[in-house]
Amino acid sequence: MDPKKASGKLQTDSNGRLRHFLTIEGLKSDLLTEILDTAESFSSVAEQAIKKVPLLRGVTVANLFFEASTRTRTTFEVAAKRLSADVLNLNINTSATSKGESLLDTLRNLEAMNCDMFVVRHNNSGAAHFIAQHVAPHLRIINAGDGRHAHPTQAMLDMFTIRRHKKEFNNLRIAIVGDVMHSRVARSQIHALSTLGAAEIRVVAPKTLLPRDVQKLGVHVYHDLCEGIKDVDVIIMLRLQRERMTSAFLPSEHEYFHLYGLTEEKLQFAKPDVMVMHPGPINRGVEMDSKVADGTHSVILEQVTNGIAVRMAIMAMIMGNRHGQEHAS
Amino acid sequence: MKLIIKNGHVIDPANNIDAKHDVYIADGKILSVGKMPAGFDAEKTIDAKGKIVCPGLVDLCARMREPGQEHKATIKSETLAAASNGITTLCCPPDTQPVIDTQAVFESIYDRAEHYGYAQILPLGALTQGLDGSRLSEMAALKEVGCTGVSNAMHPIENMVIMRRAMEYAATFDLTVFIQPEDPVLRDGGTAHEGELSTRLGLRGIPQAAETVAVATYIALAAETGVRVHFNHLSTARAVQMVGRAIHDGHPISADVTAHHLFLTEMELGDYNTNGFVEPPLRSQRDRDGLRDGIAKGAIAAICSDHQPHELDAKLTPFALAEPGISSLDTLLPLGLRLVDEGVMTLSNMLASITCKPAQILNIDAGTLSEGGQADVCIFDSDKSWQLNAETMTSRGKNSPFIGWEFKGKVTHTLHKGRLVFGE
Repeated sequence: MDPKKASGKLQTDSNGRLRHFLTIEGLKSDLLTEILDTAESFSSVAEQAIKKVPLLRGVTVANLFFEASTRTRTTFEVAAKRLSADVLNLNINTSATSKGESLLDTLRNLEAMNCDMFVVRHNNSGAAHFIAQHVAPHLRIINAGDGRHAHPTQAMLDMFTIRRHKKEFNNLRIAIVGDVMHSRVARSQIHALSTLGAAEIRVVAPKTLLPRDVQKLGVHVYHDLCEGIKDVDVIIMLRLQRERMTSAFLPSEHEYFHLYGLTEEKLQFAKPDVMVMHPGPINRGVEMDSKVADGTHSVILEQVTNGIAVRMAIMAMIMGNRHGQEHAS
Repeated sequence: MKLIIKNGHVIDPANNIDAKHDVYIADGKILSVGKMPAGFDAEKTIDAKGKIVCPGLVDLCARMREPGQEHKATIKSETLAAASNGITTLCCPPDTQPVIDTQAVFESIYDRAEHYGYAQILPLGALTQGLDGSRLSEMAALKEVGCTGVSNAMHPIENMVIMRRAMEYAATFDLTVFIQPEDPVLRDGGTAHEGELSTRLGLRGIPQAAETVAVATYIALAAETGVRVHFNHLSTARAVQMVGRAIHDGHPISADVTAHHLFLTEMELGDYNTNGFVEPPLRSQRDRDGLRDGIAKGAIAAICSDHQPHELDAKLTPFALAEPGISSLDTLLPLGLRLVDEGVMTLSNMLASITCKPAQILNIDAGTLSEGGQADVCIFDSDKSWQLNAETMTSRGKNSPFIGWEFKGKVTHTLHKGRLVFGE
């Protein structure tokens, strides 16, 4: 089946409302805009004296992390708690599955604890889809990163951050720089940007870090950083894992920084009001110079803050309480 | 027992027969096709009016899961399924548990099939002991009990010095070396064809070069050692061209393709469908067309099922954690007939690719209706429409991406050694 149709069908109900949030691919632009608008309305919650709204009171959210994560898990936890949900944190990589319990058995056990929503991170691409296909029908799944496939909440918080600064997407030229091959973030960003109508999406990397036929995702391919960021409005830097050097994707951090590291000089090629983004955590001196990371163009810390409002919005929309009415779920 | 199959349309590609004939069988052998032997007094008559009568099918690659994985399937369950689908000879790769690297394991598999009597199993011997890729198996001993080919199954040998010696040793005893060509280093942990879909789904890709580099290497080694090489399950258009050229150059090389690779492409994995997870992977539309071209023009001699039955749980996992393979005895002939319907090849050529040609590759006397030969016969109704569903699949494995497909053509009778093993 066409992947776009397959994921679309699983993620939305017959009225086109969000049931699960697994990937951006296949979702309509209206729905993405609704997420951004809803997140906007939640962003003020953090400024209140009591940082809580009662939308998910009585709802139990389980964070199922089959792969280690601190920041993503924490922001999901904060988001759920600000919506008044109860939160369970389960790091499963070291417990049940290593004893030979199958993923489905683990899920059945958690279902028996009457959870309402699973936030799932797993090192296998498609794991969130698999879980959504096999859990009891009342359960809702949010993908917090599956293998190299998707990290849709990260992409949405990036879209939120971009929209706050740039208002519209249709005039924007965006460059995504670095390890696209191994990046679930990049794949989700590409789908989000193209769905929201960005004028041009570029990827910039050596051939070893670009997946086969990447241009078919609707991007323009560049191998030279200065050409790739020429006149762009947004630069998204991707994280480079150290192990890429030992498995012959790259010769050295030194050469990578020399060619693809973002410095103040190279930044001159972009538009004067360019935004610099990074999903974190940054390797200073590898992906970018500290002066850029901490400079006036950088919105990296803003991305972290926005992550909470965006995740609140997605959770609230999925649980069907977007306008504040209490639905018994 | 004397038996006559009356009024059927006989297609026996090995003997260039494609006409209405009666088939006379006695004492487990084909007595005559067309001409009634003097004094023939049939004890049983099968009316094959409106049906095709062809040799029992020879499947070049099917796993019974016994010994070692009887929770998936058994020799009894799968030979019975084979009989229900017109298949009378099954070639079984050596990756059972224990591995087929001794006479004892070889004979126990062969004998168990004989004992049940639904179909015969011809096991391949292991190329290396325990398929470990380092120590040669006792090929002469395997040959002694009837083994005609050796293979390392889905465990490619990484060390080409060992591969070369294994090929030379096999050639010494006139054994064919069966190879599923894949360079494991280039595969690099991949689970899907490297292309647009693996990029979208974030699955680790298997480049085409994982197959073509291996094919090139083995063609060079075959030329060097003079051994007969059979390539199992080509998946790329380029490998088909390479094999076609090597055959043209006179090398003793042959190749097969699975029925599913002639129909499905990487698009099958669109929703992480683990039933589409096979080795080698389902590739691009262009590759599929190249494989069809290969089978039509003769670079690929045979179509096999590559039957790999699984229990339900084996596919109930995230994609990369699933076990590979399709349960495909039920679809070998139906997919073949569909190729004929789609104009890829003639009925006679298609039947050759699942009867006499695989038998030639295995170097056995089967896949024909020659007088005096073993009476293995398949009778099918080429007009009968039906739908594949899990409940009515005859294999114990229900893992098929073809569930829900409509097919035309269904086996009505199967004879093995002159005995009716399916149909009435």
